[in-house]
Amino acid sequence: MSESRPARGVAKPVEQYALRLGDDALVLSHRLTEWLTRAPDLEEEVALANIALDLLGQARFLLTTAGQSAGRDEDDLTYQRTEREYRNALIAELPNGDFAHTVVRLLFFSAYQSVLYRELERSADPDLAGFAGKAVHEVGFHRQYAAGWVIRLGDGTEESHDRASAAIADLWPYTAELFAADELIESLVAEGVAPDPVLLQARWSELVGAVLAEATLGVAPSAAWRPGGGRVGLHTEALGYLLAEMQSVHRAYPGASW
Amino acid sequence: MTVHDQRSLERTAVDVVRAVPDPEMPYLTLGDLGVVGEVTADAPDLVHVRLTPTYLGCPATEVIARDVEAALREAGWPAVTVEYRFDPPWTPDRITEEGRRKLAAEGVAPPSRTRPAAPVFVTLSPSVPAAAATAADATVRCPRCGARETRLLSPFGSTPCQELRRCSACSEPFPAIKAAR
Repeated sequence: MSESRPARGVAKPVEQYALRLGDDALVLSHRLTEWLTRAPDLEEEVALANIALDLLGQARFLLTTAGQSAGRDEDDLTYQRTEREYRNALIAELPNGDFAHTVVRLLFFSAYQSVLYRELERSADPDLAGFAGKAVHEVGFHRQYAAGWVIRLGDGTEESHDRASAAIADLWPYTAELFAADELIESLVAEGVAPDPVLLQARWSELVGAVLAEATLGVAPSAAWRPGGGRVGLHTEALGYLLAEMQSVHRAYPGASW
Repeated sequence: MTVHDQRSLERTAVDVVRAVPDPEMPYLTLGDLGVVGEVTADAPDLVHVRLTPTYLGCPATEVIARDVEAALREAGWPAVTVEYRFDPPWTPDRITEEGRRKLAAEGVAPPSRTRPAAPVFVTLSPSVPAAAATAADATVRCPRCGARETRLLSPFGSTPCQELRRCSACSEPFPAIKAAR
């Protein structure tokens, strides 16, 4: 797998790490906003919009951190990068699918953010630690919301159970990438900046497994196929469409404000 | 500038900042809400304000920074800098007694002081409609009728720091400030 170029100027290891986490939050935030005016009822609309807003707030801090030494601000990194320069995990960019896919993805992702931020609170990087101490509470609400829905769908009608099952089968393989180690992660773990992904995965499996059991959705499947590539800029075709929509106004009217 | 002058200037500045109304809940001041951190005056004409956001994505944060700057300029400070800090993080416990009273008067339940011991995973039955999906609890009082038993409708409301509940006694839905987790 050939590595594509990193985002221009984002060179320090901790900044590259912040870029990954920031892109995860930004891209999933955008996906969730696609539910606006399409959610099954008003409460879900308000909930999904609020979760998207929390993720956008997290992305703003993380991307600001990522661009610091390069002198690139959050807008620059958001609107002026191509898909090859994005570092989010693939699970964040996959299309929403039906409501079951949306809440199963949110459960997997919010459980990942919960265990990650809980550990990052003790990071050797004081800015990341302060951020995580704040964000960990927000993602707790996201997880509670997603778990509630996965349990209702799984332990619901035959139709809702089947749809939740299908969503788990589709999305499960993509979870491996969230805990994949590479040179960057290993060096940051050694410095005490990033938590060990092996530890994170064990805690995550416990959290997610308990919800799936209560939802009568059985044990998680073991997947031989583990797609990856997002952390080096190799994405699914879905990200290109997402970015085209997100960046179109900024590219048409550079520097516009209102 | 003596240390005494500096302290006195800082006290004046912090009073100005605390009196600024919150843009989304304008019946509360920033002081009531507990988002004002350290305010320092390094020179007679230069003041630096540290604020802490309630939620990271709260859309009011930028308006608040602008309002604080405008209020201090009007009070005679020519140079104002405003900075958001996460440490120590805001929690609902930072809302003052006065703030809790004002919230209740506006029909928004102030946050519960008793924290849930662990994340509450509610029992959900598929046949129950969404509005009745959670069990009633006694953590938040109804701001309308004062009843103790209310239930959570949705952990998300009209602002990032609010949730939506319903009173078991009078059946009215109402917003509440989310408790610390």
